[in-house]
Amino acid sequence: MANSQAFCSQAKVDLMNGLHAFGASVIRAGTTKDSFKAALYLASASRGAADTVYNTTGELAGTGNYTQGGTAVTNATAPTLDGTTAIWTPSASLSWAALTSSGAFDAMLLYNDTSATDLAVAVFTFGSQNIVAGTFTLTMPVNAAATALLRIA
Amino acid sequence: MPLIQTTHGEMDESLLTKREGTIDNDNELTTWVEYYIGDELVHRSAHVTLKKWPDGLGALSAVFGQ
Repeated sequence: MANSQAFCSQAKVDLMNGLHAFGASVIRAGTTKDSFKAALYLASASRGAADTVYNTTGELAGTGNYTQGGTAVTNATAPTLDGTTAIWTPSASLSWAALTSSGAFDAMLLYNDTSATDLAVAVFTFGSQNIVAGTFTLTMPVNAAATALLRIA
Repeated sequence: MPLIQTTHGEMDESLLTKREGTIDNDNELTTWVEYYIGDELVHRSAHVTLKKWPDGLGALSAVFGQ
């Protein structure tokens, strides 16, 4: 038997669950799981890896039945392992009904609505859409190592 | 015929011209439907099913260790 270096698989899930803190301090708003939201951004916006918190810059206007800040993300499935990859995916689709978007949009920001500053988690892009008196639905990928919305491999 | 929500309120589908489309690639399967009165777009809905996020694009921040 020989030793092998590894990022321990369970530690990846533990990171998603906030059990490890490598920073100088940890400030959490609660002791239960956090609430997350998803907001939509215009194709002309510049959301991406540099985002630190949710803000309205480039977000769809609060018109046409869209509420700035976005919609709540259903989180009924806790992070888990698929092989050695920690994965997490929202447990329901996101949907905006009776929507008329203020312009073409192609991005969704996932952010932590429990945190005091609405910390950004990830930006996801898709083909540009413009909705007129209709419904926009974003169905989540399969919650698996190769496809889950959030993955720590 | 079903009623369709439009910019002019609910209208019978038989009064509208319907166009549909699909985008299917490695990252998403998207279907959309549009309804027109003449050249006027009065309804557009879209359903995006996410498949997999490409490494190196917008989702890279969510994929650690790659």
